[in-house]
Amino acid sequence: MEEIGLLMQGFAVALQPDNILLMLLGVTLGVLIGVLPGLGGANGIAILLPLTFAMPPVSAIIMLSCIYWGALFGGAITSILFNIPGEPWSVATTFDGYPMAQQGRAGEALTAAFTASFVGAFIAVVLLTFLAPLVAGFALQFGPPQFFAVMFLSFACFIGLGRGSPLKTLAAMMLGFLLATVGMDTVTGQLRMTFGSTEMIRGFDFLVAVIGLFGISEILVSIEDGLTFKGQKARIDLKVVLRTWAEMPRHWAIALRSAAIGCWMGITPAGATPASFMSYGVARRLSRHGDEFGKGRVEGVIAPETAAHAAGTSALLPMLALGVPGSPTAAVLLGGLIMWGLQPGPMLFVEQKEFVWGLIASMYLGNVAGLLVVLVAVPWFAAILRVPFAIIAAIILVVCAIGAFTVSNAEFDIVLMLAFGVVGYVLKKLDYPLAPLVLALVLGDRTEEAFRQSLLLSQGDLGVFFSTWLGGSIMATGIALAAWPLLGWLWSLLRPAAGRERPSPA
Amino acid sequence: MTNRSISRRTAALGLPALLAASPALAQRAWEPMRPVQFIVPAGTGGGADQMARVIQGIVSKHSLMKQPLVVVNKAGGAGAEGFLEAKGARANPHMLVITLSNLFTTPLATGVPFNWRDLTPVKMLALDEFVLWVNAASPWKTVAEFTEAARAGRLKIGGTGSRQEDQIITAALTKATDAQFTYVPFRGGGEVAVQLVGQHVDATVNNPIEAVTHWRSGTLRPLCVFDGKRLSGTEKMTANEAWSDIPTCKEAGLDVEYLMLRGIFMAPGVTPQQVAFFAGLLDKVRETPDWAELMQQGAFNTTALDGEPFREWLTREEARHKTLMQEAGFLAQPS
Repeated sequence: MEEIGLLMQGFAVALQPDNILLMLLGVTLGVLIGVLPGLGGANGIAILLPLTFAMPPVSAIIMLSCIYWGALFGGAITSILFNIPGEPWSVATTFDGYPMAQQGRAGEALTAAFTASFVGAFIAVVLLTFLAPLVAGFALQFGPPQFFAVMFLSFACFIGLGRGSPLKTLAAMMLGFLLATVGMDTVTGQLRMTFGSTEMIRGFDFLVAVIGLFGISEILVSIEDGLTFKGQKARIDLKVVLRTWAEMPRHWAIALRSAAIGCWMGITPAGATPASFMSYGVARRLSRHGDEFGKGRVEGVIAPETAAHAAGTSALLPMLALGVPGSPTAAVLLGGLIMWGLQPGPMLFVEQKEFVWGLIASMYLGNVAGLLVVLVAVPWFAAILRVPFAIIAAIILVVCAIGAFTVSNAEFDIVLMLAFGVVGYVLKKLDYPLAPLVLALVLGDRTEEAFRQSLLLSQGDLGVFFSTWLGGSIMATGIALAAWPLLGWLWSLLRPAAGRERPSPA
Repeated sequence: MTNRSISRRTAALGLPALLAASPALAQRAWEPMRPVQFIVPAGTGGGADQMARVIQGIVSKHSLMKQPLVVVNKAGGAGAEGFLEAKGARANPHMLVITLSNLFTTPLATGVPFNWRDLTPVKMLALDEFVLWVNAASPWKTVAEFTEAARAGRLKIGGTGSRQEDQIITAALTKATDAQFTYVPFRGGGEVAVQLVGQHVDATVNNPIEAVTHWRSGTLRPLCVFDGKRLSGTEKMTANEAWSDIPTCKEAGLDVEYLMLRGIFMAPGVTPQQVAFFAGLLDKVRETPDWAELMQQGAFNTTALDGEPFREWLTREEARHKTLMQEAGFLAQPS
């Protein structure tokens, strides 16, 4: 096969000593960037981009894409240890990762997360190697109506996930949508709900909200609980890696399914964040132990991490083959390509074979390098939890503040972060789920945009969402999923005997 | 390959010349004493961001300035955030702003209290071109065929952002052709081009650099360029067409012209020496082969202006944007 030969040439390029060095440097930097909430892959790469100006393009993209892999790996670390998602796509990882850490299983959770990430990325790279042109054609079928259908499906996967009252889930989601509308309305070009404040025109950045809602509120709760971290028993030894690996093959079905979801979302290009949420939702729905999700099941870590990494990797495909970035980080890399004199798009695969295949080869190697770097560090990461809370809480607070500031270099965001921390604390006390709020905040504006773009295209006809087989089938799946809890509820109404067994409070 | 090695050699020759020139310039001139903040009033990855980062790269690669240039994105409110920050940094010489058409459109469309006169114009670096693109599978081969189809039935035009350059061009098209278009805003130029490749919209007004790869792979077709004269690139981009083969819209019978400013501004209240330093720095940037490569790739109009002619150009363009946006009903309602 032609691809194999080209890939081997690519390996020859990527395996040059200086490129290997850049790869390791990139991965290490990436992990650090991923760990610091707010800095993020996109910002990190943007800062380092001008430094690569003097390098050959292949070396430059190898280093920068390795930062990207590193950030994908690193995002999971703070989610699991401190309940603070370092990156948007690791929010879903906190749901089970953090409870695991609290039970003293941080090492296990980290190992599972990293391994799952690797598996997801690997499947996506194989797909990229052999199916690139085909997949690029699939991505072209996604216009606004199909894109909205995908977003709708993400939300539908999530409805009924909350353990608490469905009304509280709905209320939290609506609050998220409301927050997402603040700032620039991209469809009309008007400012919305800024109340004349210049600080508000930026809108509420997802990361600032998440750092507050998850990180700060967690610290508040811990202080109330008597200044202790529950994960202090975490043992430090590398054997935990091997023990976790021994159990991993059992979850192959979840890994494959999540990788498929991830690849699909990466190509669409909806990105890694909806992929992780959707994959978590599906894993929970299909699991026999669905009720135990959110209390520290390892599947709840594997599913979102596999999907996020598969999506993050496959998001590079629309970028290279079509010039459309599948994620903010891919957008910065895209700018880099143009700076180095490479025009992303269909001609790149024809005219810059050495570059494209060098990059694809570096994806294989970069992920292996990344896995090694983070796995070796697992015990040390887990050991962070043994530091007394009084010290670590102060450090977390500072890191959170720096993170919130870095998102858009604004002091106001630090105040916002603290405010979101208090909101998060109150919502936790009142037993409102935070996840739907976050999901709506991160996907709300893009969903709204796609919806309105579709209606502009169709002159207001709602039938546009069902006018193609692709959009129609995704919408139908979404509606079926969304209606599932409702159907269950109707079913229980139709069987009054089942309803009477539970004593009603009223 | 040959091309690249030649440009390397020119770089090697050009560099000592630049260094030799700088001591003469630096005799009594002002120089930055702190790192210079370079504000991009747009998100990462867009055209303005790319240009800012190329400038940053050129400045550090050729050691054109002792202090580093630090790019900061302030994209909130269609760039209003970045402009307001620069406006508030009165007399701060360590701040540059790169602007695009949102210099005019954002305050007009949103009513944010800002005007280009609140900043100090330094230099126009280039003008970005716009081209009318259709899908290669569409039956429209000329502007005349396109306008005829547009008059017969409402066509959909995709573009970047709302009440910004792409929609203003669409409004101008409506005026020039008497046809109605449905304008659909997207987030970025690359996304817009792909929507056209996927036939979700009927036409776009993408910048050359955003759509060139699809043109070369045979999926998009350029109809005309919204400039007074044809593009300068004569190198064949497809089997038989170069940038210079695309007719101007005016010669194709569609009297619409639009170019987008890529210019550099400073905070208000800076001294003439400070402005002179950065104008000189940008001149050095423009002489580098790296810059020439960017200009050629993006098929930019390389007109550069500074001082009074630049101010006149800005005054004229502001008035033109105001008229165009008023006619299209894009102005913010006074509150």
